[in-house]
Amino acid sequence: MKFRVKHTTHYRYNSTVSLCFNEARMSPLNNTHQTCARNRFVIHPAPDSVHKRFDYFGNQVTAFDILQPHKELTVTVYSDVQVLDPSRQFLFSADCPWEHVRDSLRTTTQADLLPIREFALPSPLIPNLDEIRAFAEISFQPQRPVLEAAMDLMNRIHTEFTYDPNATTISTPLATVLEQKRGVCQDFAHLGIACLRSLGLAASYISGYLETLPPPGQKKLVGVDASHAWYGVHMLDDGWVAFDPTNNIMPTDQYITLAIGRDFADVTPLKGVIYGGDHHLLKVSVDVDRIEA
Amino acid sequence: MTTDIQMKQSQSQTQTAAETPSELEQMLADYPAGLDGYDEMWDADPAAVNPQWRRLMRDLQDLGGDELERRRTEARRLLRENGVTYNIYNDPKGQQRTWQLDPIPLLIKSADWAAISVGLKQRARVLDMVYRDLYGARRLIREGLLPPELIYAHQGFLRPCDQVPQENMPQLLLYAADLARGPDNRMWVIGDRTQAPSGAGYALETRMAMTRVMADEFRRTQVHRLSIFFRNLRATLASLLPNYEEEPRVVILTPGPRNETYFEHAYLASYLGYSLVQGDDLTVRDGKVWLKSLDGLKKVDIIVRRVDDNFCDPLELREDSHLGVPGLLQAARLGNVIIANPLGSSLLESPGIMPFLPAITKHWLGEEILLPSAATWWCGQKKEMDYVLEHLPDLVIKTIDRRMPSFFGPQLSTAQRAELKARITAMPYLFVGQELLSCSTAPSLREAAIVPRRVLLRAFVTAHQGDYDVMPGGLSRVAPDSDSLFISNQSGGLSKDTWILADKPVHQVSLWPSVRQMDNLVTGEGSLPSRSGENLFWVGRYAERAEGLLRLLRTVIGKLADYDDYRDEADMAVLTQLLITLTHFTSIYPGFTGEDAKELLANPREKILEMALDRNQRCSLISTLESFMQSAYNVRDLWSVDTWRLIDDIDENIQYLGGKADDFGLLQNELDSLIGTLMAIFGQNQESMPHDAGWYLLSMGRRIERCLQQIILLRTCLLQPSGDVVEHLMLESVLINQASLITHRRRYRALQHVYTVLDLLLLDSQYPRSLAYQIEQIGQLLAKLPPVQRNLPPHQLSREQRLILQASTEIKLAEVEKLGRISEDTGSRAQLAKLLDNVERRLAKASALLTQKYFSHTESARQLAPTRMDLSV
Repeated sequence: MKFRVKHTTHYRYNSTVSLCFNEARMSPLNNTHQTCARNRFVIHPAPDSVHKRFDYFGNQVTAFDILQPHKELTVTVYSDVQVLDPSRQFLFSADCPWEHVRDSLRTTTQADLLPIREFALPSPLIPNLDEIRAFAEISFQPQRPVLEAAMDLMNRIHTEFTYDPNATTISTPLATVLEQKRGVCQDFAHLGIACLRSLGLAASYISGYLETLPPPGQKKLVGVDASHAWYGVHMLDDGWVAFDPTNNIMPTDQYITLAIGRDFADVTPLKGVIYGGDHHLLKVSVDVDRIEA
Repeated sequence: MTTDIQMKQSQSQTQTAAETPSELEQMLADYPAGLDGYDEMWDADPAAVNPQWRRLMRDLQDLGGDELERRRTEARRLLRENGVTYNIYNDPKGQQRTWQLDPIPLLIKSADWAAISVGLKQRARVLDMVYRDLYGARRLIREGLLPPELIYAHQGFLRPCDQVPQENMPQLLLYAADLARGPDNRMWVIGDRTQAPSGAGYALETRMAMTRVMADEFRRTQVHRLSIFFRNLRATLASLLPNYEEEPRVVILTPGPRNETYFEHAYLASYLGYSLVQGDDLTVRDGKVWLKSLDGLKKVDIIVRRVDDNFCDPLELREDSHLGVPGLLQAARLGNVIIANPLGSSLLESPGIMPFLPAITKHWLGEEILLPSAATWWCGQKKEMDYVLEHLPDLVIKTIDRRMPSFFGPQLSTAQRAELKARITAMPYLFVGQELLSCSTAPSLREAAIVPRRVLLRAFVTAHQGDYDVMPGGLSRVAPDSDSLFISNQSGGLSKDTWILADKPVHQVSLWPSVRQMDNLVTGEGSLPSRSGENLFWVGRYAERAEGLLRLLRTVIGKLADYDDYRDEADMAVLTQLLITLTHFTSIYPGFTGEDAKELLANPREKILEMALDRNQRCSLISTLESFMQSAYNVRDLWSVDTWRLIDDIDENIQYLGGKADDFGLLQNELDSLIGTLMAIFGQNQESMPHDAGWYLLSMGRRIERCLQQIILLRTCLLQPSGDVVEHLMLESVLINQASLITHRRRYRALQHVYTVLDLLLLDSQYPRSLAYQIEQIGQLLAKLPPVQRNLPPHQLSREQRLILQASTEIKLAEVEKLGRISEDTGSRAQLAKLLDNVERRLAKASALLTQKYFSHTESARQLAPTRMDLSV
């Protein structure tokens, strides 16, 4: 599937911002599942310098500074992405008892597997919590095949939690999400990751876009798509396997991956330091248009 | 303490020479044979004191305990006067504590030290390689030489620093190791300091104090000099940018005056000749780092940082940091700035890495590790964790990244032990257990007696000419009592100098390379950060404000005494106006102004004391002096030793006065001494500060403040006519207050009239205490400040210059008879009032313009509100 994505972030400030330094992680990844043919940033006011690089996790970062006074900042990113259908035949590992996956990871001496252990550790936004482990163990019964258990966990998050944009903010801790059983995709991704890590499995946070389709017979509206988040579980030979608890599906070729990290803090799409500015209004819009089946 | 030997008293000192050998033997015999383990003086064999120690001990014996204590006091005074302080967090008794010195040095033999140095160099090389690898290919993890969790779980492993290490250049530029000698006579590394090692400046100051108070002993012993280390450090930094035609600009980045080792930052900056800056003084433009200086942005090439890793860049590292520079990491990544040490290097301080260093050294260098680390067990491994849990009472438990304080096994209760066990079991990879090293003892002076105390040595290393160079010396710290095993400055430790003995006489080396060609000399002073300029401006203003207040208080107290003696109503009338002036000066309203002032005037002493000594009043004398101190401390690196000594005197006065806030007589005595000190500071600045932008601003601050005070005084005392008798007394008081009585008498003989006083104090532009003179000076200083708008043609005046020119012209055009004339409408001196108002208004405006133009009024930085992942459909 081939998509054209337009992702606009607009800040309007109450008072003048004299200068700002920013970092964007808004360039779709290139990997075996997807190819990003085009990725263009349009920034207004025009930045005084732009530097591109790949970060620790392999995500492309666009760093830019604006040194002139401004009251509005608009960052629009256009990306053309080709996504392959990730549905595939699972190998041996997916059917192994989950404890086997955990123990193999723990005791591995394989050079390519050792760095994966990073994703089994707590991360800045995902601490170790006892109650999380209890929640996870319901899905991860002893000796249950890892893929089956992981799907069950995704299903439980989907059914036991309510999608509610007003229940949480960007800084709501995981413990609150678990207690309220409400949140948005970012919270659900964090929760799933926390569960998997509490068991000793490696899990990663994935940010990206999801193509939404209008109800049959209706025309698609502009700006209705959104940035999205889900997670991956590492299953040895089978590598990273992705799960979307918000929609209770394993991502398809309608999922476009932007960046991968330990949690949201590693892949914040746009962050920065500003001087001045007081209050602000923020507007984000995303359009994912299919340009080729 | 029963084991201590009392040394003989100094009275008997004269007859010691002949008896020395036997007394020395006795003293050595009495010196307890160490606490447990090795004593630095005995070596391995208590029977044989090595000859250098023997000679030193004989010297000390000759001096006697009292003399040694006297020298300790002398050293303490020197250190205090040089401002060698160590800030203690949350210390209610103010911020600073003087560095404490033990006058008995630690001697280390040449051969011993050579072996230690080789070991330190090797360790620095290995740590440099570990840094490159962990922020590069991470082969150490892939090849199984470092367990993944040890690195990935460490809070100091800063992922944004990935790929920052630069090729072809040492990364670990500075390194320090804490060393202790174990019972087996070997030196053990008990801690590595890699991100911003502190202490080298303290070592240097300690040495300077010791060469003063133990000058003869130092001369008699052949001791290696420390300065060569700093010369090598300078040379290394200068060599990092080989393609540079000019010497690279180096700055020292400090978290600011509230940091515990701020003294050292300021000291090293002035010793090495680098600018001392805070995060706000730097800015990143197009991936390069710039210093905001008084004469514009100057590119910065090398940053010696004393700000912790995580706080250096709020964009990529800790978002809530106000100590860093947004974009700094990107500049480092691009290779546009070199940071010593590079960001992310705190990771190397992890005690968890220690047990893996021997294998890494072997694997990479093909060498055995030369300096052993204190035995350490990382709990991320099952066997090691079991060992630690089993031996908890005998170990010190640390987290790999200091996220928790250390736990000392022997001091833990059973409950605490259980709690710690639970913590370790929950996240074992965060913890290490470390053997409690019983470090060696060395002779130490305690209440006029020489006793053994445990010592720790911090050694300093810098990259130099493709390898590393070790400071021949270091900072030794001494345990406060015989039970103490642990030593820290935060708990008020004691330091001693470390004398590395040389085989042959040692010559002093200069810190500076010799100059062969005049052309290569870099001229132009180190650029002054705008913030330093602003502080100097306020140093000038506060000092002058304090001086004015002191003088007025003195005049007031004198007049008060006159009135008490003679009960003359004319004196009372003058006193009233002076007290109203004092109220204006201190802004403590209503004070002696307003309707209810009558009662206060009848008994003014209490209020005067409040105006002088109440710390809660922002403009009282004592608060003004404190503001002065704070501003002066903020630019600690710019003062000469002599100036600082004077500033420190004021601090002592403040402490003294602050404690006696109700003693009127005392206040009177202190006034003269304070005025003297302030005048001496001005004199010092005049004579020893380079007359450049910083000095112009300081002088400008003084002049502006003096004008403003003078205007208030003249307005309050001379605007209203008060009859001949009172006016005569009033003029006299004004002249006394302005230290102008004698000049006035010499010039006008017996005549004393409002005309003559105004002529002298207002209009005479040649007289340094006149308003006209101040305005002229301000005009000249303005012309000397670096232009901010470079495109302004030289004949055009800036706005502030115009204002000052207007004020100056008005004064010049004023006629004394008209100023003195009493207006029939208002019954006061209307022309004088108008002139004073105009000058004051223009001055205030010019001052505001100046502030705006030269001082970095950085808005506070904040985070851009992030967007969250939100599928809001």
